[in-house]
Amino acid sequence: MLLALDTSTPLVSVALYDDGIVDTATSERPMQHGEQLAPMITAALERVGAIRQDVTAVAAGVGPGPYTGLRVGLVTARTLGLALGIPVYGVCSLDVLGVEAADTAGEPVVATIDARRKELFWAEYDEQGQRLGELHVERPAAIAERLDPGRLVVGAGPQLYPEAFARTGAPERPSAATLALVVAEERAELVDPEPVYLRRPDAVAPGPPKKVS
Amino acid sequence: MSDEPLVLGIETSCDETGVGLVRGHTLLADAVASSVDEHARFGGVVPEVASRAHLEAMVPTIERACETAGVSLGDVDAIAVTSGPGLVGALLVGVAAAKALSVGLDKPLYGVNHLASHVAVDQLEHGPLPEPCLAMLVSGGHSSLLLVEDVTTGVEPLGSTIDDAAGEAFDKVARLLGLPFPGGPHIDRAARSGSSVAIDFPRGLTSRRDLERHRFDFSFSGLKTAVARWVEARESSGEPVPVGDVAASFQEAVCDVLVRKALDACVDRGVEDLLIGGGVAANSRLRSLAEERAAKHGIRVRVPRPGLCTDNGAMVAALGAEMVVRGREPSTLDIPADSSLPVTEVLL
Ligand SMILES: [Zn+2]
Repeated sequence: MLLALDTSTPLVSVALYDDGIVDTATSERPMQHGEQLAPMITAALERVGAIRQDVTAVAAGVGPGPYTGLRVGLVTARTLGLALGIPVYGVCSLDVLGVEAADTAGEPVVATIDARRKELFWAEYDEQGQRLGELHVERPAAIAERLDPGRLVVGAGPQLYPEAFARTGAPERPSAATLALVVAEERAELVDPEPVYLRRPDAVAPGPPKKVS
Repeated sequence: MSDEPLVLGIETSCDETGVGLVRGHTLLADAVASSVDEHARFGGVVPEVASRAHLEAMVPTIERACETAGVSLGDVDAIAVTSGPGLVGALLVGVAAAKALSVGLDKPLYGVNHLASHVAVDQLEHGPLPEPCLAMLVSGGHSSLLLVEDVTTGVEPLGSTIDDAAGEAFDKVARLLGLPFPGGPHIDRAARSGSSVAIDFPRGLTSRRDLERHRFDFSFSGLKTAVARWVEARESSGEPVPVGDVAASFQEAVCDVLVRKALDACVDRGVEDLLIGGGVAANSRLRSLAEERAAKHGIRVRVPRPGLCTDNGAMVAALGAEMVVRGREPSTLDIPADSSLPVTEVLL
């Protein structure tokens, strides 16, 4: 049984896959990844009558997404993998969003995740949900400028910046269920469970000590 | 084999990723990965840098601890983790890892207080804690006087710093003197070549009026400013700064206040054992001054070895083991990481 989880957005998404999705859950409280993820995993296992040893692999969304939540998901996946002695796979969370949106719409899409500071993480996908080009982090207006105005935009962008994009659609966030399917059907690149940050830490080296007198 | 519980402890409240393994009061492994070098050029800990480093170090540090102890994860009886206080993003990495271990191994989880862990760690070196004891915790993040009746339930804060932590003052004065971060060991070394009575730096919160309101509190911000003024005056008069004298006189001022207040608290509460922990407890002058003055009051001083004074996973495991032995109720899987967890909350 594959355990899939994604913490690249304000909500936690968890799914169990065993020749098909057997359970899926989304958290109700935003920004509480640390409190909610572990109980959601045990609750999911309980609902399907499985025990921890039934889990044979873990897949986690590696972002990009706000870092604190992202790290909760990735350290959980890695440590669970260590404790159970099972493999841990990473998948780009934007790819998961891109696959689901392209499948639904049957056309090329742009997937977005909130990057805070008035910016979005984003990437473009073809009608098969295959990523075109790099992952980016930019302001909504700058993204819109780069896009064909008829391009369908999904994810957090349409919710947070409706005025920036002409054509918008669902889903709002990557789901662990799609993540599990993407892994099972090998529809996106499997990567190490390393976070995708796209930004360096904010830190500046101090100048000389301030004068006090 | 013993019946004592094998406990794995995780600590990520600041810049050290610590994983310790203890069996009862016996230390089996204390693996620490530090990101201190990555912070050095910023002159202090950068939270995002620390959080990134914790994620990278977590699994390798757990593996290293198991290897050192010669145990497998499956042998572990309980998981303990620092739930707070500390940097929230850093704490969250450790708390999430501990929960994953608890789920993956199906073993109880104990989310514990970082400060109480600094107290419990001494059991690994000097055996069961005297009850009650007075604990003085001094580091870059804390300066507290605690009355400890029972480290698993009853810790009463008597006083703490009202501005900078003691270790922070060491870092800032080191920077003024052109010494590297973290400043503690460098000040300690420089002080050996200077005189502790060369400069009369102020002792914060020791005047009669201050003692009425802040008898067991500390203040190091005024001292830091006084040192800065003194150094600036020297520099502007074109004279060389006697680094050894400044370091020794500053260190003496800090240690004098710390020891004076700690012993005053012991006497006031009728406690005969003083325990000193936290990174500043590694300071050689603090240790010698405490022992010298405590002896006059018939007070015993316990200081864990320097490696156990700084933040580490063994201290968390030590407190966790005590929780198991004393039959405390384990934490639930939904406990938070609480950056400002009060010291009175020893177990979440
Ligand atoms: Zn500490």
